[in-house]
Amino acid sequence: MKGKLACAVLMAPFFLLLITVFLIPTGTAVWLSFFAADQPGLGFGPESTVFVGLRSYGAVLSDPTFLGSLLTVVLYCLLYIPLMVAGALTLALLLDSGVAKLRSWAQMSLYLPHAVPGIIAALIWLYLYTPGLSPIIDLFAKADIQISFLGIDTVLPSIVNIALWSNLGYNMVIFYAALQAVPREVLEASVVDGAGPVKQALRIKAPLVRGAIVTVGIFTLIWALQLFTEPVLLSQSTPMISARFSPSMYIFDAAFTRNNYGLAAAASVILLAFTVALSYGVTRWTNRKAA
Amino acid sequence: MTLLGRTTVNVVVGISVLYTLLPVMWLVLAATKNVDALFNSDLFGGFSLVENVTNLFAMDKGLYPRWYLNSLLYAVIGAAVSAFISIAAGYAFDKYAFRHKEKLFGLVLAAVMVPQTVLALPLYLMASEAGLVNTFWAVFIPALFNPFGVYLGRIFAQGYVPDEVLEAARIDGAGDLATYFRVAFKMLGPGMVTLFLFQLTTIWNNFFLPMVMLSDQSLYPVSLGLYQWNSSATVSPEYYPVVIMGSLFAVLPLILAFMLLQRFWKAGMTAGAVK
Repeated sequence: MKGKLACAVLMAPFFLLLITVFLIPTGTAVWLSFFAADQPGLGFGPESTVFVGLRSYGAVLSDPTFLGSLLTVVLYCLLYIPLMVAGALTLALLLDSGVAKLRSWAQMSLYLPHAVPGIIAALIWLYLYTPGLSPIIDLFAKADIQISFLGIDTVLPSIVNIALWSNLGYNMVIFYAALQAVPREVLEASVVDGAGPVKQALRIKAPLVRGAIVTVGIFTLIWALQLFTEPVLLSQSTPMISARFSPSMYIFDAAFTRNNYGLAAAASVILLAFTVALSYGVTRWTNRKAA
Repeated sequence: MTLLGRTTVNVVVGISVLYTLLPVMWLVLAATKNVDALFNSDLFGGFSLVENVTNLFAMDKGLYPRWYLNSLLYAVIGAAVSAFISIAAGYAFDKYAFRHKEKLFGLVLAAVMVPQTVLALPLYLMASEAGLVNTFWAVFIPALFNPFGVYLGRIFAQGYVPDEVLEAARIDGAGDLATYFRVAFKMLGPGMVTLFLFQLTTIWNNFFLPMVMLSDQSLYPVSLGLYQWNSSATVSPEYYPVVIMGSLFAVLPLILAFMLLQRFWKAGMTAGAVK
């Protein structure tokens, strides 16, 4: 097709944005990570920006609080992603099985939390975790069970729960849509072959929606690695969450509390590299399994 | 299926529905109560819905309506402009051939992967250079960028706008841009609504960028404002009912949008998943 001008006009606004709010900032992050503000003369001289090479990277990678935040987010992913994918897929399979009642009503209800903004989802759950406010804690107390949702061992699962609550229904709808696209003949054939409903769900349907599972898995991973909103909000109420709890919080703390731009930029680049490597790894791994 | 099987399926689905609905119902119920009833977990006592609403609008010299209006401006205008931009680019990716097209498209997809936190500091420094820190634009402009929208836009253009229609318009002598705005644009309508809804949610959820960019409370969106009030609540509990009421109001527009426009977001999600 001709019409180069029209094509350029249609694309220009998007690419203008791509350059200004994506490419330049990404480049700037890399650039900044090689510089630091140095004050010669024991800190009394005028401040100047000097090239420090990989020094900031060394500082980030040898900072136990950064490594701790990375470990936290890895633990979070290991707990959250399998639960999310398995939970959403199970629900989608159950709704697709044909025996669930009030199907569209159930779908709507399961999807509802996704319309609740992240910070508000975190607020609701924070209040449900707060002794005195929470009817859940009261209920446990009546059964003589002391429970703390914001303790040292429970705070991470509590955050996982918020994310799970927010996104379970959303991913369920994606899986459900993919299941609906499975050809009915394939399912009928499997029934003729004597597959029961459970076997049919696990052996026939689940493998056929592999594409959707991988997509959901990767998007969940990318999103989970950015963990910020929920722990930042919860940190207002529990000392168990430090200002450098997750890598994103570490970056925020370095940039805007400590005003150490070089350190923040280096941590950003490391988080970016980590995200790209993991997504790429997962894609490669799932492709090999398919082959 | 056996009766036991049927029962199990419905019990599991039922429990999941309770899990997703009960916290929202708690929010609705809690919004009607005063501080004392909240802290005594008095489920039905201490009714003070009207008082809570009045307090919400009066608290800190009426900041909340201000935040709400800001959120509406950021989200509604932002989502509309963003959908418009993304779908035009997606359409161009589908209908035109040019060099390095797929490489460029790969770049668009790669942008989906880059964490907000990575871009925040450079964006802040750029905005500061341009004198835009602590202005409406610092939050509004970055939120227009939606690479996933371009990906969906391309799928929509492929599905909704047949090449024959464009060919026919061309034979009639219409220019490419005229064809886009007069013919293709209407066909892309449902796709536009989908992208609008997705971006509306994203911007309404936006928290990190406003937190970085804004220091003037009167520019805050609801999300950031409630975050701030919650931190006040840990010191002075009279903020609790206000935060709860404010959260309830902040949830309503999105729930409404999703209920009214159900078929659009379902179409969008299906397009994203099945591909």
